Amino acid sequence: MIALVGVSCRQSSDSATTVKFWALGNEGELVRQLIPEFERTNPGIHVIVQQIPWTAAHEKLLTAVAGESTPDVCQIGNTWVPEFAVLNSLEPLDPFVRRSPDFRREDFFEGVLKMNVIDSTLYGIPWYVDTRVIYYRRDLLREAGYSEPPRTWEGVLKLCDVMQQNAKAKGIQQYPFFLPTNEWVPAIVLGMQSGGKFLKDNNTHGNFSGTQFRAAFELLAKFYHKEYSPSGMQLITNLYDSFSDGLIALYITGPWNIGEFSRRIPSRLQNEWMTAPLPSMDSISPGISLPLGTSLIVFRQSRRKEAAWKLVEFLTSREQSIAFYRITGNLPPRRSAWEDTSLARNKYIQAFYKQLQRVDPLPQIAEWEQVVIKLQLYVEYIATNTLSVDEALRKFDSEVDQMLEKRKWLAERNRKP
Amino acid sequence: MKGRTIAVVLNAGLVFLALITLTPVVWMVSASFMIPGEASTAPLHFFPAHPTLEHYQVLAERLHVGRYFLNSFIIASAVTLISLVFNSMAGFVFAKYQFPGRDKLFRFLLAGMIVPAQVTMLPLFLMLKSMGLINTYVGVIIPGLASIFGIFLIRQFAGSIPDSLIEAARIDGASEFKVYRSVVLPLCKPILLTLALFTFMGTWNDFMWPLIVMTDNANYTLPVAIANLKGEHLLDLELMMAGSVVTILPVLILFLAFQRHYVRGIMVGGVKE
Amino acid sequence: MVGGKKQKTMSRRAGMRSYDNHTAAAWLFLAPSLTAIAIFFVIPVLSALVMSFTDFDIYAVGNLNVVRFMGFRNYTRIFETPLFWKALRNTFYFVLVGGPLSVAVSLGTALMVNSKLARFKPFYRTVYFLPVVTSLVAVAVVWRYLYHPAHGLLNLALSYFGVAPIDWLGNPDIAMPAIVVLAVWKNFGYNMLIFIAGLQNIPEDLYEAAHIDGAGGWRQFVDITIPMLAPTTVFVVMITIIGYFQLFAEPYIMTEGGPMNATMSVVLMMYEQGFRWWNMGFAAAIAFVLFAVILIFSILQLIIQRRLQQ
Repeated sequence: MIALVGVSCRQSSDSATTVKFWALGNEGELVRQLIPEFERTNPGIHVIVQQIPWTAAHEKLLTAVAGESTPDVCQIGNTWVPEFAVLNSLEPLDPFVRRSPDFRREDFFEGVLKMNVIDSTLYGIPWYVDTRVIYYRRDLLREAGYSEPPRTWEGVLKLCDVMQQNAKAKGIQQYPFFLPTNEWVPAIVLGMQSGGKFLKDNNTHGNFSGTQFRAAFELLAKFYHKEYSPSGMQLITNLYDSFSDGLIALYITGPWNIGEFSRRIPSRLQNEWMTAPLPSMDSISPGISLPLGTSLIVFRQSRRKEAAWKLVEFLTSREQSIAFYRITGNLPPRRSAWEDTSLARNKYIQAFYKQLQRVDPLPQIAEWEQVVIKLQLYVEYIATNTLSVDEALRKFDSEVDQMLEKRKWLAERNRKP
Repeated sequence: MKGRTIAVVLNAGLVFLALITLTPVVWMVSASFMIPGEASTAPLHFFPAHPTLEHYQVLAERLHVGRYFLNSFIIASAVTLISLVFNSMAGFVFAKYQFPGRDKLFRFLLAGMIVPAQVTMLPLFLMLKSMGLINTYVGVIIPGLASIFGIFLIRQFAGSIPDSLIEAARIDGASEFKVYRSVVLPLCKPILLTLALFTFMGTWNDFMWPLIVMTDNANYTLPVAIANLKGEHLLDLELMMAGSVVTILPVLILFLAFQRHYVRGIMVGGVKE
Repeated sequence: MVGGKKQKTMSRRAGMRSYDNHTAAAWLFLAPSLTAIAIFFVIPVLSALVMSFTDFDIYAVGNLNVVRFMGFRNYTRIFETPLFWKALRNTFYFVLVGGPLSVAVSLGTALMVNSKLARFKPFYRTVYFLPVVTSLVAVAVVWRYLYHPAHGLLNLALSYFGVAPIDWLGNPDIAMPAIVVLAVWKNFGYNMLIFIAGLQNIPEDLYEAAHIDGAGGWRQFVDITIPMLAPTTVFVVMITIIGYFQLFAEPYIMTEGGPMNATMSVVLMMYEQGFRWWNMGFAAAIAFVLFAVILIFSILQLIIQRRLQQ
């Protein structure tokens, strides 16, 4: 209906520039609330928002690029930036940024901004950020003699041991630290913390069997082998129930769960859950976490790049990212926005702020998503003891090499004169 | 007495099967009336503790269901009607005409059915793009116009029509089209209705193709619009169930409308003109 | 386009031989559907076939100059990929176990619903067809509960018989049977409807004549129903085999191919390669390998069928 109205507007004022903006899932619906303000402050620019379902966004965007039917502005996951850069479909944003008085590089969380930079070209502006922290049950940790999660993984293992002993003594079933086997997040986080590089030879070969990632994987395996975490996914169909029942006490997840925990944890436990930054494998706290989130990009095919940039600039401004936080709970990418009372007052998001100071970019290759999805399978293998850590990582590396074969070929071809 | 026992066993079996098929579906409907979060509590709640209509209100207010419903309806009806004509003509030919190359051609079509349809998606998209059919109803409708499945289905059923009936019509001076229209179609009614139902359902539920072809929110179909209610990490289970209920209703209504034809459509002695 | 041209010349030739205006009519009847199939199916399939001999991938979408001609290397790579063999094994399991089960249940329910002894027929027809109409995404949620290792209804029922809790979707050995049960539940109404239509195509007077001849219910079933239902059965068996070989939606939604690839199917593997990772060349090659597998399987089945009939 809104798009229909858009059509009639365009007809009535021919001079207006129409910017097509694709946004994902329900965010595409909610962002519409910010558009009237943009159109008021930018007379002559009209915005049409199209919603793309998350479940098929990747397919839809890639076919659109292949069929040259892309919009002007689009929201994409920041891990997709390398893919769309490979497709040569993104407009470099450096010239726009240079002219923008509002854009201050240092105001953005560094690790997250870096996800949008490929070969020192800026392709996207962070719209909202997402990192992973620990959610935990304060009462259960208190029983084990802890007021908050330990700062190191060594300490976390000890905590899990104590909790397991307590649970056994009470005769209840408990897995202290839930690390899902169908998520790549724990393995990658531990890998980043171990200081290893995931890939080698200019990102053309896997380096997962290197000593550092192996140490990370061995640590992860301990959680499954000592039954600190369930090694299958079927037991925990409902995270919030399992958390409330005390079946699990610690869990690594993202900011969207603040709202869910507030809604779905029963009121008697509402004061008993908290968030904390990640433990680390070295002495620096917090430990490194992921620089995820979504970015706004301008497609190279766009014929209205100035207007498109105006929209990107508007939506990523301090004021609008605060407004968007109020509507959606999505975390603003700018440090200055976090000073706003609506964020400063929320006790659960402080852990995210601390964590965002220490996030490292992931390897920026088009195949990265494929690599981490495959990694999940190997997490399952070691969790269930189907393969040893050594075997698993060796096999995984050779699969990664296969995925990167084209990349390697391209690199070699480009080196030749 | 023996017949009585069989009847009891048979009806008991029917009831048992009905329970198995109904349970998940009833739960789906029941969950659409639950308050948010209730449907995902374990152990399963079968009935809502505090029934609510809020999800249906959300669908009505946030989704403009009417518009998407209309899009889906136009597309599914068009595909169903056109493909029914195309496929029944072709199925009739493969069942009742003799001409050189017929069996080879039919085998070729059958082989086509084995190709996983997913591989055609990108080439088809690029082709429609070059024809300027992206973001149009025609672009969504066109790939569904002829289906090998439909041709095959009609062929199998048209085969049982007695040749004598067709010959009789020809001797009466009926044109080939008249034979198809007045003899074959009425006799194939049950299977035509079945095929219509399947085609309508398949098109109505299709998600990926309309999403890829349409580049305008206003042109989306119902399943695409409902998928848009989801966030990246969150899904409102109860709302989704309400969406599913709304989506299946038209197909169900169509099915119920066809019911009486299933009861009657029997060829009595092959004299039904 | 190819199809359209062929039809024109064919019909012209047929028209010249005026004694054969049936053939002309036949081609006219075929023209619309064959044209549509030729343009919107055959051409895309041929493009995919060409693609299967290249390494068309995401880099190629960005720059066509980096497409490499691979010869048969995509195909040889498929056979060297352990995951493919696993997916093929899973797919065969699904076809050989799920296929007959599905056809049997469909036929059984069709006969029951169509029986003179059954009451409330329209009600049962509707109820049995409901799972077909419902979206898999929605019922998947319910089935995940039914299969839940601790709270699931299925394990609850089994516990009355002293069976220990089973991790239906989590145990790699049981996940595939669990998918089969779900698929049969979801799909049997579809074939049931085709069978019902087939049963209703059997002229009623055949039964009346048999009845007069003193044939009982069972004799009537063997002598009339089975042979008269043969074309329908052939159809249902064929589309079930073809459809089950292309297993995709159930594992995609229920398990994403897990645990540990225990429910990975060939089409699911193809979909991931093609649409998740955009290795279109490789994915197309998988599709044509599956095509060959189904073709060989169908031909073998036909040969065996003929042997049995002789």
